[in-house]
Amino acid sequence: MKLSAQNYIAGGGLIDRRSLLSGSISFLAAGTIARVSSASEDSTTIADAYPAWSRTLGNSDSPYGRPSHREANVVRKLQLPAAPENSGSTAWLTPIESMHGAITPNGLHFGSHHFGVPDVDPATHELMIHGLVDKPLKFTVEHLLRYPMVSHIRFLECSGNTALNALAPFAGGESCQDLYGLVSCAEWVGVKVSDLLNEAGLKKQALWVIAEGADGGSHARSIPLSKMTDDAIIAFYQNGEKLRAEQGYPMRLLLPGWEGNTSVKYLHRLEISDRPAYTAHESGLYTEQLASGRIEGFSFPMDVKSVITHPSAGHVLDEKGFYEISGLAWSGYGSISSVEVSADEGKTWATASLHNPVNDKALTRFSIPWQWNGKSTILLSRATDDRGRSQPTRKFWKQKYTSPTFNHYNAIQPWHVDSSGRLTNVFI
Amino acid sequence: MSLSELTRHILFLSTLLIASNANAEVMSANLGTPLTFAEIERFSISVYPDGENLPEGQGTAEEGKMLYRQRCAMCHGKSGTEGPSHRLAGSVGLFSIWDPLRIKRIMETNGLLVMSTGQQWPYATTVFDFVRRAMPHTAPKSLTSNQVYALTAYILYLNDLIIENEVISRINLPGVEMPAAKRFEEASRQE
Ligand code: HEC
Repeated sequence: MKLSAQNYIAGGGLIDRRSLLSGSISFLAAGTIARVSSASEDSTTIADAYPAWSRTLGNSDSPYGRPSHREANVVRKLQLPAAPENSGSTAWLTPIESMHGAITPNGLHFGSHHFGVPDVDPATHELMIHGLVDKPLKFTVEHLLRYPMVSHIRFLECSGNTALNALAPFAGGESCQDLYGLVSCAEWVGVKVSDLLNEAGLKKQALWVIAEGADGGSHARSIPLSKMTDDAIIAFYQNGEKLRAEQGYPMRLLLPGWEGNTSVKYLHRLEISDRPAYTAHESGLYTEQLASGRIEGFSFPMDVKSVITHPSAGHVLDEKGFYEISGLAWSGYGSISSVEVSADEGKTWATASLHNPVNDKALTRFSIPWQWNGKSTILLSRATDDRGRSQPTRKFWKQKYTSPTFNHYNAIQPWHVDSSGRLTNVFI
Repeated sequence: MSLSELTRHILFLSTLLIASNANAEVMSANLGTPLTFAEIERFSISVYPDGENLPEGQGTAEEGKMLYRQRCAMCHGKSGTEGPSHRLAGSVGLFSIWDPLRIKRIMETNGLLVMSTGQQWPYATTVFDFVRRAMPHTAPKSLTSNQVYALTAYILYLNDLIIENEVISRINLPGVEMPAAKRFEEASRQE
């Protein structure tokens, strides 16, 4: 491929996408390979030219499809090899550097568990709504499935996604999956929480809802009523099929844009209250210590964030030349309005293309063409959402908190490319 | 418009209203069934900072110590600081000189053992609430109220917040002042 100066829109080899479209880049014509056909003989067939799978009848399909066995290494990964004592309190990371598009397949959606994965029977599981309501009510799963359903494509992100960048004093050999695997995106279908609250009838003093799951630890979070009546749903379906047990089967709360821990799985009880209960997780694990020494709790929305997934830490570029830089951006406050990419350590930036659909509070794919010159450099991405929120540098983020704070990390991610094409995590 | 005409008009309008109300009834699923007081009572386990929902019962750290050794120490460590599970006592985790094992804790537990229950949680009532619903991890909800009070007392004692033979109950647990209470604030960025 031949590029002229006017094809570039920023340093480090970032290419104007329009020049690709308009064809102003000339590709070297490949030499025509003429096939010398030998004199035909009766005994020859066309089979010789074909690989094995083109010469045999294929295998049979199966009731529940599975990924190709050739993709067996594209799997989730346990965040930390847990001590057996902590085996119920684990996180499974999505392999985002091996995936494309913006939707996470159900088997690869990240999982964060505090009390293991319960086996809830939908035949006996019930949802209770009580507290500051006119009519305390309970609902069977069967009945809930008869309510009008709404569909939302939304990301879910664990508050501790990218915690290693917040905590570790030095960047090490972490892969993109290690650092960013606690975010996923799916189509969630379920019942509006407001429909059920209206049926129970809210009392005037109602301000908070304590949402509780049916898992071993009865996981609970206090949620402001305003969120519950705004866009909260009780999800039953994920990407078209019933929730996986790891995602809260038979039903979970889904609070778009908010830290994953608040989207209570195995939802069992909504207690309407005039104040928060200060449950364990909102008191400790899911709080942040500010530099002032104060502790910040109830920090619900996940802030605007982005990461280049292709190429990213763990990848190796085979040779210099053309690559598409591509990644994901998202914001718990709204939709992504732009993503800028730098291929020269942040000296110059160019605007990446956003791939449709650009959904509210959903993973949004961005990309930009890139010509790598084979030299060491640093790739970065920086997202801005429709509220005008943008990502800080790591240094700026760290200044806000004390060193053991690891939740809500959303700083700009630098990936170092060395001259052999190997990508690694760096702090700059 | 005559009076009878007017009456008919009003009657007609009110039937319209009734009809639209009936429609509204049909449009909502309304499939919830009433919860009885007993059902609510059985599942009302959320304890609030002011002590609302704390059950009868009591316990001391002295009593809790025995139980802790039998049912908790294998995961949280003898003094509530060693792990491998979450740290229950000590360390605000601010300065590494106070905690020479900090880097090790971060690397091994992703930071979970850097800060502790006693230093992070703003209200003592949460300790009761969480131990009752979730601990011990492999047998949650297996402790009696007296046992939960005793274990709560022991965790508070490990954090130097009460003395060993203080009797903890629904009366005085909400009054135990946690060091984090003064530092805790609701984030301003929620919308
Ligand atoms: C099998 C191991 C195990 C045993 C036994 C156990 N715990 Fe835990 N404990 C855990 C784990 C794991 C967590 C973290 C749960 C989570 O992810 O929220 C935890 C969390 C806690 C917490 C909250 C810590 C924090 O700051 O977030 C408290 C308090 C606690 N346990 C008390 C107890 C008490 C009291 C006992 C004894 C009755 C006990 N635990 C027994 C494993 C255990």
